[in-house]
Amino acid sequence: MLDPGLIFIQTLNGLQFGMMLFLFTAGLTLVLGVMNLVNLAHGSFFMIGAFVAADVSQRSGSFTIGALAGLLASFLIGIALELTVVRRLYTRNHLDQVLVTFGLILVFHESARIVWGSAPLYIAIPPILDGATDLFDGLSYPTYRLFLIALGLVVAGGLYFLIAKTKIGMLIRAGSSNRELVEILGIDVRFLFTFIFGLGAVLAALGGIAMAPILSVEASMGDSVLILALVVIVIGGVGSVRGSFVAAVIVGMVDTLGRAFLPIMLAGVVSDSVVSNYGPGLVSTLVYLIMVIVLLTKPEGLFSARKG
Amino acid sequence: MKTGSPQIPNSKRAAGLVLAAAVALVSLGVPANAADKLKIGYIGTFSGPGAAFGQNMADGFMLGLEELGGKLGGLEVELSKNDDQWKPDVAKQIAEKLVTRDHVDIVAGVYFSNILVSIYRTVVDSNTLLITSNAGPSPQAGKECSPYFFTTSWQSDQLSKALGKYMSDHGLNRVATVVSNYQAGVDALNGFKSGFKGTIVAEIMPAVGQLDYSAEIARVSSQKPDAIFAFIAGGLSVNFVKQYAQAGLMKKIPFHSIFTISATNLPAIGEVAIGTKSINAWTIDADNPENKKFVENFRKKYKRDPSIDSANAYDSVFLIDQAVRDINGKIEDKQAFIRALEQAKFKSIRGTFKFNNNHFPIQTFYQTAVTKASDGHLYDARGEAVLVDDMDAYHDQCKMN
Repeated sequence: MLDPGLIFIQTLNGLQFGMMLFLFTAGLTLVLGVMNLVNLAHGSFFMIGAFVAADVSQRSGSFTIGALAGLLASFLIGIALELTVVRRLYTRNHLDQVLVTFGLILVFHESARIVWGSAPLYIAIPPILDGATDLFDGLSYPTYRLFLIALGLVVAGGLYFLIAKTKIGMLIRAGSSNRELVEILGIDVRFLFTFIFGLGAVLAALGGIAMAPILSVEASMGDSVLILALVVIVIGGVGSVRGSFVAAVIVGMVDTLGRAFLPIMLAGVVSDSVVSNYGPGLVSTLVYLIMVIVLLTKPEGLFSARKG
Repeated sequence: MKTGSPQIPNSKRAAGLVLAAAVALVSLGVPANAADKLKIGYIGTFSGPGAAFGQNMADGFMLGLEELGGKLGGLEVELSKNDDQWKPDVAKQIAEKLVTRDHVDIVAGVYFSNILVSIYRTVVDSNTLLITSNAGPSPQAGKECSPYFFTTSWQSDQLSKALGKYMSDHGLNRVATVVSNYQAGVDALNGFKSGFKGTIVAEIMPAVGQLDYSAEIARVSSQKPDAIFAFIAGGLSVNFVKQYAQAGLMKKIPFHSIFTISATNLPAIGEVAIGTKSINAWTIDADNPENKKFVENFRKKYKRDPSIDSANAYDSVFLIDQAVRDINGKIEDKQAFIRALEQAKFKSIRGTFKFNNNHFPIQTFYQTAVTKASDGHLYDARGEAVLVDDMDAYHDQCKMN
């Protein structure tokens, strides 16, 4: 009954959705793990990156220039925000952090609406990535989505190199597993924190820019990703980039394959009205079910940075 | 809390009371037909994910008011703009303030159906007129109808019914449906089924607010239907349309939708939307002088195209204007005001317009197609009339009292 070609395409879809979640989550989990900061405004960098990229690429006619402008803008805004506001939050409790960063979301939303208006913006897929690529057996897949998968893998590789092989990566790892000790050893934690916050902003912006051609570029675009990103962090383990990579792929796969095949599989078991009434609800709870199972069996997440 | 100041002698207080009473009597003595202004409480969505739609609607309303010199039917308009943030609880508080404290004559605006439902009883039960121009839930057209409620839009099912009929008429017999999984989506699907005669090969209901539709799109593609019927709610419809086009399906499986592609998001979707079909009562190319003036003024003032939301809101301004004029500004006589609204002969920019017994319009629905104008910009062009002088399916259940 199930067509193997369709299963293959849906698996690619799941992988691609997972990569998108990973790009968003990598920065968020670093900030949370190293700085112990709950940053709800992470989605705003996703949004800022996409808005600046859409605006600049429309004016300049070049996707690349737009993308670079989006990354730069998010990096600068991230650094400025860390130096002025976020820095004061490290010693505060999580409730204060949530309140302030939620306030920041509102500020960024309204600012985006003042600058760009409330109608969504347009950004085209760069011409070389437009269209579909033929795979095999007459199957084809949108080229841009293949590019997104590749981009996710490249970023994952780059982050692995940064964290496992460089000095700053060593500090990040040390900071994730024991922040106090790093401070006692005389490392300039303030510089490290500013860098990580800026890195997180750039990663979020990269996700936003990469997704902009397939999403609606509007002020709340980052918030809808945030909830799933938090699920990914809980499953992957706070502060672990490797964990968020694995968890993002799991969540992307489960969500996509669930939406694709659960209604079809249920159709053989229960009546049609049950499928149409409860199917969609059941599918959207699947990822949360996984989160609950992980919380029950491994409360620290699959790859907790804290355990070392 | 004390009511008066103890320093003031009793005689002075008494004098004050007499004065106050006199003022009150004088104001009561003003004849009931001499209202010099019309108080309108406008409830719109100006922030949050629905803001782009709410803004288009408000811009249409304000343009109409401006063209009439800030007066409706000769009465100076006192307008308060309120932001419901697309939150029903916020909207309900605003509505209570408008009817109990501000004593507005009319509550206008109201974009989303869940907002309309949340404020509906508060407004109509206080015998305040509620004249809206977008949401059209079925209860308000049927059992819950009220003499105080008017809308210049439609009952939402009518559009999907018309699209279903259009697709059957044109030999599209195997259709996949993709509608957002919430009440309005289910209503749209039922409306579609009432007009469509063919087979639905896949009924897909993605969650509201979903970002990535690749799984749903792959399912549609695997069924190889003749066409797709879609209704994706809110701003996220852009995601669906773009992703559908990127999957290379626009040519293979023609795209038919309602409330999914409009002037609000067409610039963000871009040229991939060309050829997609929909249903509407008003279109930007509607051939009448009132519409030409509206489109020209809107473009001049806001530097973009009006959307259907702007158009229906603009109509509601001229409806009120005509009714107030017909009763010579005597808006205190609410029954006369209501009758004047029911019979108002204003020039709707969509063409013919007439209210049904449930205060929803009887109107003609046209098939539309996204088209590229000679100057390169995209618009929804009017095609054939699909349902002529259509009445919604619920008006029989409406018993006004």
